[in-house]
Amino acid sequence: MPRWELPSRGVVGMYCLIAAEAAIFTIFVVAYIFYIGKSVSGPQPRDVLHVPIFFTICLLSSSITIHFAVRSLRAGNVRSFTAWWLLTIVLGALFLAGTAQEWRHLIYDEGLTIQTNLFGTTYYSLVGLHAFHVTVGLLALAAVSLLAILGYVREEHAERAEILSMYWHFVDAVWVVVFVVVYIVGR
Amino acid sequence: MATESIAWPVPDAGKPLVEQLHEWVTTVDHKRLGILYIVYALLFLVIGGVEATIMRIQLMRPQNDFVSPQVFNRMFTMHGTTMIFFVAMPLVFGFGNYLIPLMIGARDMAFPRLNAFSFWMTAFGGFLLYFSFVGGDGLYGAGNAPDVGWFAYAPLTSQTFSRGHSTDFWILSLLVSGFGSVGTAINIIATILCMRCPGMTLGRMPLLAWLNLTMAGLVILAVSPLTAAQAMLLIDRYLGAHFFDTQAGGSAVIWMHFFWIFGHPEVYVLVIPAFAFASEIIPVFSRKPIFGYPVMVAATLCIGFIGMSVWAHHMFTVGMGAGANTFFVLSTMAIAVPTGIKIFNWLATMWGGQIHFKAPMLFCAGFLFQFLIAGLTGVMLSVAPFNWQLGNSYFVVAHFHYVIVGGILFTTFGAFYYWFPKMSGRMYNEALGKLHFWLFFIGFHLTFDFMHIPGILGMPRRIYTYEPGRGWELWNVVVTIGAFFQAAAILIFVANLVWSYFKGTLAGSDPWDAWTLEWSTTSPPPSYNFAELPEVKSRRPLWDLKHPEDPDWRYE
Repeated sequence: MPRWELPSRGVVGMYCLIAAEAAIFTIFVVAYIFYIGKSVSGPQPRDVLHVPIFFTICLLSSSITIHFAVRSLRAGNVRSFTAWWLLTIVLGALFLAGTAQEWRHLIYDEGLTIQTNLFGTTYYSLVGLHAFHVTVGLLALAAVSLLAILGYVREEHAERAEILSMYWHFVDAVWVVVFVVVYIVGR
Repeated sequence: MATESIAWPVPDAGKPLVEQLHEWVTTVDHKRLGILYIVYALLFLVIGGVEATIMRIQLMRPQNDFVSPQVFNRMFTMHGTTMIFFVAMPLVFGFGNYLIPLMIGARDMAFPRLNAFSFWMTAFGGFLLYFSFVGGDGLYGAGNAPDVGWFAYAPLTSQTFSRGHSTDFWILSLLVSGFGSVGTAINIIATILCMRCPGMTLGRMPLLAWLNLTMAGLVILAVSPLTAAQAMLLIDRYLGAHFFDTQAGGSAVIWMHFFWIFGHPEVYVLVIPAFAFASEIIPVFSRKPIFGYPVMVAATLCIGFIGMSVWAHHMFTVGMGAGANTFFVLSTMAIAVPTGIKIFNWLATMWGGQIHFKAPMLFCAGFLFQFLIAGLTGVMLSVAPFNWQLGNSYFVVAHFHYVIVGGILFTTFGAFYYWFPKMSGRMYNEALGKLHFWLFFIGFHLTFDFMHIPGILGMPRRIYTYEPGRGWELWNVVVTIGAFFQAAAILIFVANLVWSYFKGTLAGSDPWDAWTLEWSTTSPPPSYNFAELPEVKSRRPLWDLKHPEDPDWRYE
């Protein structure tokens, strides 16, 4: 009989979670697109939204750094893993700070809240849902980095780190969709 | 193949009650969690049944005042929500949890702790829903339980029309139990793909595993949109957003879309496991292997696929326009094709077999006949102009109860009787089982056959009373009488389970002379399921074991 090999349950489980999350985001994206231009009062997206290019670059490059982190761990280089992993956290945190800054600007300078109009409702919900996922991801990444600093992360944990990195890649991929919908199509 | 298990003392024996309860609360064993799901569902089945009975008493005669209109609204909302989310879903997950690892030769689910977490989330969701009776009023004079209907159309759910907290309890309870459902679905997929015993290729899995795999995929793709929609509704109600607020340009119709994107696949989430029970029970009691295994798998996947694109047939009366109507008419009709293939396959399995009409088989035979009729009224309702005439009437209520009770509940009763010996180690009482079947069969047909007629005569659903002289009186009396037959049958069923659990004759490991792996271990199985992981060579590993001179793997 040939060798009996089955897929890793962690990877399969994470793909399923990503599918479920993707379905949630799809509904929010559909609501956003459906309500583009349907606000009965201002402000409209083109009046107040600025394209967050720098923070987008931060988040997208964090996908590359986490990839390098996992590759280092596979090669058994825990130091390099920790460095790349921490860099990922910094980039993710920068992105989150960017969102916070943008929201502050919109709320205090432009007077746009979730109650103002349909644009406010859908914008804060969609971007907020994404920011929530970034936050959850950052907490998970921080937990791993804490373990790494305390010296508990070893080469055999590479698959677990990779499973977490799948989630992080997903959060980045969602941002590409949100970016296109909110800052390009929606404006 | 080494499947013999070591006899193991019952772990509960002699332990103090507190310790036993503690073990049940903290368990991560898939069999115990499965039983917890099932017992929990039975509890809610009784509650939901009482709510249905209250409605039927109210509607028994015209201008009745058994309950007030407000209470009637709460009853149909709670009945629908309870039966779907806290009876049908937990039953599906309970049997899935219990059976899947045993049938694919695994020692547990892929993520045992996620499994326990998911169960307790579901349990907490049900608790939240019913806590609304106590904590729902929040505001003086506001209603105390959800009364917006189980699909909660906007703007009924807005702060303006739903004061107090009853709707919030409804939202939160569905959100929380939704997390549990998605967690279990992830677990089922990971278990089936990653935990199969050596030799258990996808093509040799019992059909139950294939069908539950499809069901879990549908849960992931369908329950998540509901979670998203509930989050939006919560944002609307608590943060003053405008998703479903028509005065600010929001749309009430988009809630319908979001709800039914969940709501219709949900029907398949429930009925596909029912198909799974039938696909396991019918071959064993016909003494023939299932007819057309690959076609059954293909038809299941096809149903899952098409099932994702039929949701708006719940919305023909909204006025979606000719294009959308045509699409959803055709997709809805298309789904009857793979379903029909399945029915023919079950019939072909029975054809020429030695059919043993034990209680499980009786229920499956009833299912075949009733599900056919449910499917036919479904095709009638899929025709948009026909739907414009009968949408939201008792014809629709009769149709979907035919699916859920006549299809899903019947096979689930069959599954109860079929696997009760495995779960408890004891046989149920066959005479009481048959009495249950016949009483329930008569009650079901009295209620739901005759419920079609007031629908055709124009009786809308969800009315709390009606005037005399419309020709509805007789039918409503018959429908209510049927409800009492069903209630009596359920009492016999529960009594049978309880009595047999303590006094039934010992079942042994394989009372049905069946062919799938769960029957190769003791009844009830030890916590590790299999002392040595089995190795399979065909779709009927126990047949191979019992008939070494003529094993299946020679022909597959």
